[in-house]
Amino acid sequence: MLADEDRIFRNLYGFDDWGLDGARRRGIWDNTAALLAMGPAAIIDEIKKSGLRGRGGAGFPTGLKWSFMPKEVGERPHYLVVNADESEPGTCKDRDIMRHDPHLLIEGCLVAGFAMKAHVAYIYVRGEFYDEAVKLEAAIRQAYDAGLIGRNACGSGWDFDVYVHRGAGAYICGEETALLESLEGKKGMPRLKPPFPAGAGLYGCPSTVNNVESIAVAPTILRRGATWFAGIGRPNNTGTKLFCISGHVNKPCNVEEAMGIPLRELIDKHAGGVRGGWDNLLAVIPGGASVPLIPKSICDDVLMDFDSLRNVQSGLGTAAVIVMDKSTDIIKAIARLAYFYKHESCGQCTPCREGTGWMWRVMERMVVGNARIEEIDVLHDVTKQVEGHTICALGDAAAWPIQGLIRHFRPEMERRINESKTRRMAAE
Amino acid sequence: MAMITADPQDVPRVESFSFTPENMEKVRALIARYPADRQASAVIGCLDLAQRQAGGWLPRAAMDHVASLLDMAPIRVYEVATFYTMFHLKPRGRYLLQVCTTTPCWLRGSDAVMKTCREVTGVAPGEISADGLFTTVEVECLGACVNAPVIQVNDDFYEDLDEDSTRRLLEALRRGEMPKAGPQIDRQSSAPVGGPTTLTTIPGGAAPRE
Repeated sequence: MLADEDRIFRNLYGFDDWGLDGARRRGIWDNTAALLAMGPAAIIDEIKKSGLRGRGGAGFPTGLKWSFMPKEVGERPHYLVVNADESEPGTCKDRDIMRHDPHLLIEGCLVAGFAMKAHVAYIYVRGEFYDEAVKLEAAIRQAYDAGLIGRNACGSGWDFDVYVHRGAGAYICGEETALLESLEGKKGMPRLKPPFPAGAGLYGCPSTVNNVESIAVAPTILRRGATWFAGIGRPNNTGTKLFCISGHVNKPCNVEEAMGIPLRELIDKHAGGVRGGWDNLLAVIPGGASVPLIPKSICDDVLMDFDSLRNVQSGLGTAAVIVMDKSTDIIKAIARLAYFYKHESCGQCTPCREGTGWMWRVMERMVVGNARIEEIDVLHDVTKQVEGHTICALGDAAAWPIQGLIRHFRPEMERRINESKTRRMAAE
Repeated sequence: MAMITADPQDVPRVESFSFTPENMEKVRALIARYPADRQASAVIGCLDLAQRQAGGWLPRAAMDHVASLLDMAPIRVYEVATFYTMFHLKPRGRYLLQVCTTTPCWLRGSDAVMKTCREVTGVAPGEISADGLFTTVEVECLGACVNAPVIQVNDDFYEDLDEDSTRRLLEALRRGEMPKAGPQIDRQSSAPVGGPTTLTTIPGGAAPRE
């Protein structure tokens, strides 16, 4: 188990003061000027060496992403945009950072913004997180008053402003270019890439969009060194990670653990085990609603990191672990996710707009077995026609849970269809 | 994709709308967050203020007022108001009960929470209860999944609910009380029930509960 000294989120549960005094006690804002004195290139290099991969779901190397920003500021200013539009079903970690340790995020904004030569950061907070946005704004005010941000932030000579921008309810705004559209005052419809945000992002200016957790861990990595962070977890899957364990466990919770912790250990040690014991486990969605589920046989020994979960045709995603025991109607659980994607599709691309509705309607029939066996293959075929044929990854995200269901629970789908057929014939 | 019209027929007529002086101050502060000529970025914030001032929904007049303040074509404001689920283009009860029913909440009993809301309010989702107090809506993931099931009442999250605690919550609201938000069972935020399994050796990290 990760030692407490190696935890970054020391007020995860809000037992301590979220404000500046509490933050300073926990080592946040401790000589931040010295971190900035490293200079932008060295900061980016250190983040690269730490192996930090983006915590928002895709797992793209954070330092590499920062290095895509132009080295010098030209006519257009640079922007840091923090994605706090946390809406991936199962995920509720960024919420804890904002309400219980907002200064971790604000200090991270300064360090990251400075490294990419931005003078402004916008934190896009999902609209439903009202209390979190209020706390974050109060913490930002504290940081301004203490001279930590604003003009000559931390005495570094660098001017840096941080603003909160509240959304208003739209999952799609978690997609980085939809988020930028929304930030510009438009509907949250994803943009075609290229151009990538580092070339033309917010207001057409060079921008980098990072998840809250990715930004919040940066100052600690710089303080303790890339080697420390890289020493936790496994190669290419380094560091600590916030996990959200929900569903059929005895004690659902958020917890910070080492990357690569075995799934079973994570659930047993921190979430009080699966309801009814490990053998009562049916399946787990290991990384938020968008990743394919894995059945118990895989859960028995899989490790919780990007590469291990990719090797079993799933993904770490946001590390939101949704646990389902044997009482679960697994087809209904996935049908509910199909409804989610239908509801959240922005409607811009035809395969997604039409496909998500079509897949949901067929899934509802599969729940009651009102289908023909061949339709399972048709459903799978349609998921393949949606996947990869849309501007953003929402189409893929809608396809994968259904593909995972068919991959691992096809016999259950067939059983239900046959049972329904038998019932109908008996009634005739 | 939700099908919403910016101009529903069955809503009360609101002839005019303008921000109160206090809200105009807030609008100016919102606009100041963005670069010059980028005031459209403030549209979501302005619509939120307008909706609060208008009693929880957005009359057409309020959207037009925001459009003129931000120098936007009205259609661009209607697009935003109809795209985001937190904007309501029809009146609703004083308490908006947003029941999350996405899979993590569903696994932990959101069906019972939804059923209780129907029973106590006496109306179907989307309608206003006879006393004008409640409108229940089914919403997608609220992002509090380790505290499922969850209802958002206006701005506040009520977590770790079941049938009984949902009933108690609604009855308290009916009496004009606003119960303490957060977990409705003995639990500190997102920590496991019974206390954290981590952060126990760091001063202040996981102070024992009072």
